[in-house]
Amino acid sequence: MKSNRKFVRIVDNTMRDGSHAVRHQFTVEDVTAIASALDDAGVPAIEISHGDGLAGHSFQYGFARCSDEEKITAVKKAAKKAKVSVLLLPGIGTRENLQKAVECGAQIARIATHCTEADISEQHIKLSKDMGLEVFGLLMMSHMEPPAKLLEQAKLYESYGADAVYLMDSAGAMVPDAARARVSALKNGLKIQVGFHAHNNLGLGIGNTLAAVDEGATIVDACVCGLGGGAGNAQEEVLVAALDRAGYETGIDLYKIMTVAEEVVTPRMTRPQIIDKAALALGYSGVYSSFLLHTYRAAERFKVAPLDILMELGKMRTVGGQEDLIIDVAYKLANKK
Amino acid sequence: MPEKRINVGIIGPGNIGTDLMYKILKYSKYMNLKMIVGIYATSDGLKIADKLGVQNSSEGIDALLEDKSIKIAFDATTASAHFKNAKLLKEAGIRAIDLTPAAIGPYVCPVVDIAAHVDAPNINLMTCGAQATVPIVAAIGSVTKVPYAEIVATISSKSAGPGTRQNIDEFTQTTARALEKVGKAEKGKAIIILNPAEPPILMRNTIYTAVKEQKKDEIIAAVNKMVEKVKEYVSGYRLRVPPIFDDEKVTTMIEVEGAGEYLPKYSGNLDIETSAALAVGDLIARRMLGKEA
Repeated sequence: MKSNRKFVRIVDNTMRDGSHAVRHQFTVEDVTAIASALDDAGVPAIEISHGDGLAGHSFQYGFARCSDEEKITAVKKAAKKAKVSVLLLPGIGTRENLQKAVECGAQIARIATHCTEADISEQHIKLSKDMGLEVFGLLMMSHMEPPAKLLEQAKLYESYGADAVYLMDSAGAMVPDAARARVSALKNGLKIQVGFHAHNNLGLGIGNTLAAVDEGATIVDACVCGLGGGAGNAQEEVLVAALDRAGYETGIDLYKIMTVAEEVVTPRMTRPQIIDKAALALGYSGVYSSFLLHTYRAAERFKVAPLDILMELGKMRTVGGQEDLIIDVAYKLANKK
Repeated sequence: MPEKRINVGIIGPGNIGTDLMYKILKYSKYMNLKMIVGIYATSDGLKIADKLGVQNSSEGIDALLEDKSIKIAFDATTASAHFKNAKLLKEAGIRAIDLTPAAIGPYVCPVVDIAAHVDAPNINLMTCGAQATVPIVAAIGSVTKVPYAEIVATISSKSAGPGTRQNIDEFTQTTARALEKVGKAEKGKAIIILNPAEPPILMRNTIYTAVKEQKKDEIIAAVNKMVEKVKEYVSGYRLRVPPIFDDEKVTTMIEVEGAGEYLPKYSGNLDIETSAALAVGDLIARRMLGKEA
């Protein structure tokens, strides 16, 4: 270890946020192979859950091929050193789901709410702490609120006992200055660590993450091959290289993580992870990244343009989890014709 | 004509209790609102009660229990408070209509299953999400078997009080059970989303059902009929998107606009609960008075 370099902890999201990119069809075999390879590369934490968190398995978000419990168990078995993380969105998953996840081996609980609604997470954060987990509070769609409001909400997480607060750029709508201002407000106002989760809809997944780290974020999310909702997350193998060049330590072996990307994850991808026009529209209009594939499906079903749906959703100031609104908007557009 | 009415009380002068107070005073045919009780002398609901000339107390449920003329109590507190209140009310022989997600008594939706539970000591009005969606699941279930029902309730952040926020798991769990017990789906699932957009959005509910048979015309007719029935006591209840059919899935969307009396119109989620309470309360009171429908 180069001791004078600052450590940045990467939480791998390849099989959680990346789950959106494969319509939640990862198998236990996929999960085992990816987790083993990540663990071998030195990734410190691996997240596994339905893309929309524990119990996301639904008509609303898509039915997963395998249950959360099966996948958590598989990751736990494969991860010799890496900690196992799960995501939970109050309103979708419950404390019961968290308890089951812990029985399967979860060690980190990440509790996510819309960035103005942190107070719905108290019971989940407290239970997770009581069960001895490391707990992060995640403020989703944080491009929508100014830094002061985010700090007020982050303080709620801190008061419930969270070990870190994350700013989630769920819509991939931030530019580096926006990320800086938000991270800096939290860094200065909180006693606990600050994390950052990027999406690449404006091509800034890596850029925003570096900006966040520069402002003092010490935990960041990334996905191998950039897998994830919308245009995907910060591409993990690229981030490892970029952080190294910027003078940070991640503890991840660059050659190994590049190999994981080419040999383990790429063969399991079902579509290229690119910034196509709909993904760009997500970032530009500030719409939740995992709406992308649902929008394509609704566009086909109702014979309307994906862009028209996304622009309308942007105007409506939708929040994460409102996938049903895609059908509503597509239906209305189709009937206007 | 108070002698022909049943004396009732409200516990909890928060948003729901206060809205219910307005509704009983304005619309009830068989109930006389005798008292509303809270635990904070400063609560807005009690001040409003003063203005409306409704007897009130900040001594909590004890004050209500002292009045032996009260036969029905509406509990608009919280789930944990209702666990205590339910016991006390039962001992006092007072019928409880529970607007919290405590889920002690049978699950009741006025247009689906009230007839079976009209004499129950404790009536559980489930959740706003269940009141809005269970009728649709039951309507579809009257046409074909529903192996799975899933609902997504989206409400404006402003209309979600501290009770809902601190007990969000109870909301999803109680709503899911209601889809099974009252909606008769074999398996139920519920999701709740808070949206902070300004101006506040109306309550929206999406109901996904997996159905055994795609009897389109019959399902549409049953859903339309049910919407009309709910409208009789929740004026702002309407179909936003009529049933859409995809393979075994039927998607229906409902919007609920509040009546806008005490609470603003965006609080359709609160309105549907208090409207259900009023409907159920009047039914029980009428029965107590010996007037059969």
